[in-house]
Amino acid sequence: MLAVRGLSKAFGQKQVLDSVDLDLAEGESLVVIGGSGTGKSVLLRCILGLEVPDAGEILWRGRPLAQHRADFMDDFGMLFQNAALFDSLPVWRNVAFRLLRHMPKARARAIAIEKLARVGLGPEVADLYPAELSGGMRKRAGLARAIAADPRVIFFDEPTTGLDPIRAAAINALIRSIVDETGATAITITHDMSSVRAIADRVALLDRGRLRWQGPVSEIDRAGDDYLRDFIAGRARPMARVPAS
Amino acid sequence: MNPIRLTGRAAISLTRMTGRVAIFAARGLARVGQHPSELVRQIMQIGWLSLPVVGLTALFTGAALALQIHSGGERFQAGDVVPAIVAIGMARELGPVLGGLMVAARVASAIAAELGTMRVTEQIDALVTLSTDPVGWLVSPRLWAAILCLPLLVGVGDIIGIMGGWLIGVNALGFNSAIYLANSWAYLEGWDVVSGLLKGAAFGLIVALSGCWFGMTASGGASGVGRATTNAVVAASVGILAANFALTGLFF
Ligand SMILES: Nc1ncnc2c1ncn2[C@@H]1O[C@H](COP(=O)(O)OP(=O)(O)OP(=O)(O)O)[C@@H](O)[C@H]1O
Ligand SMILES: [Mg+2]
Repeated sequence: MLAVRGLSKAFGQKQVLDSVDLDLAEGESLVVIGGSGTGKSVLLRCILGLEVPDAGEILWRGRPLAQHRADFMDDFGMLFQNAALFDSLPVWRNVAFRLLRHMPKARARAIAIEKLARVGLGPEVADLYPAELSGGMRKRAGLARAIAADPRVIFFDEPTTGLDPIRAAAINALIRSIVDETGATAITITHDMSSVRAIADRVALLDRGRLRWQGPVSEIDRAGDDYLRDFIAGRARPMARVPAS
Repeated sequence: MNPIRLTGRAAISLTRMTGRVAIFAARGLARVGQHPSELVRQIMQIGWLSLPVVGLTALFTGAALALQIHSGGERFQAGDVVPAIVAIGMARELGPVLGGLMVAARVASAIAAELGTMRVTEQIDALVTLSTDPVGWLVSPRLWAAILCLPLLVGVGDIIGIMGGWLIGVNALGFNSAIYLANSWAYLEGWDVVSGLLKGAAFGLIVALSGCWFGMTASGGASGVGRATTNAVVAASVGILAANFALTGLFF
């Protein structure tokens, strides 16, 4: 349903993505892992057209995404790494932003409060402004905004960073249940191996701009790739590694 | 590198920049009326909340103008031209220019800082992912609010400026109140006022466009937003003075 073909992106001299290929089936939950600064967020931004790739193509339902981006966005939700809440609007208006365009205010607000409850935020948060929230609360409000209109495709950029382990587990379960219940297609970026196991159908490991390994989540423990094994076990590796040839 | 090539390169990049800004402005102006509630909000921000600043500026300018013209006029026994010249000077030149500059300081900076912060914190990207066109939602209401509000602010400024002159004229320069007011209107022509209001609309576009352009193109975190804000105020102020010269040449 969503396919990335030969995607490359450089910032100046720095090659961030180097011919990445990726396929995503309808209703599938893909988790992208990889070291900090390897281009995971840039990958999502390129898919969305927020960053112009140097080469490559994004296909959605077999056609170039660029040609029908508006249709795609209509059924899409995104949690940004830094939440990116609109700080001029109260939390509930953030969450209900998309809803407010085609339903009465009272109904949109009710749905917003329900979505906030799903991410563990009470109704008292609804009228606060984003600047009045903690980092983890902002993240969860951003998550509520991403899922507010029940999108068919959702991107989550590090949904559990900044959360306590119990909250993180609840968010993992929430993302999994959204994929299971609504049949949404999801890409999640995370550094948290418990998130990987809870959320993923399939896992992709990004390393120095390339997809180093990808496969079903059930196979990550049996994979032969030494970097993936160290990643899962959280073992230190020499920091400066030679560029992939 | 040789100077001809340098000049050519500068000219090309200037032309390209002008083209980009013009396209940006045209897109912003074309997406009128998509979000009426935002337009109302911006009219409050840009118009209503600028009233005190513009009013005070006009008051002091009109008062100072009356003093200056009185002392200058006395040199050739023409002290009683004060009311007419204050009115004409405020309506044609000082009302729009000083009002525009004050709004540039207040509004261009605020717009650039707000949109610049939204840009560097990915809020503008978030708008895109929520199927909302940032130009229609953010830029268009600001451009139109400024274009609509500035003429009104200039009109109010004209009246307050003339009142400032009148206060000084009556209380310090020994004019008779009724005669002062009568002479203010007597020599003022409709076009004096209308040309000033038209200048105001043009300055409104310049102010909001500078703020929006530098805000939307900001990059590089907090210092980038700071740069965008400075550039917006400088561009708006210089733009107003240049446009004032061009429009004055065109109108009179
Ligand atoms: N706008 C930009 N200009 C220049 N370089 C950039 C820009 N955006 C990203 N980069 C570079 O691209 C690389 C990948 O960034 P990205 O944000 O995708 O990392 P990431 O994999 O999401 O890391 P993390 O897990 O820490 O979020 C980084 O080295 C960063 O320096
Ligand atoms: Mg990232």
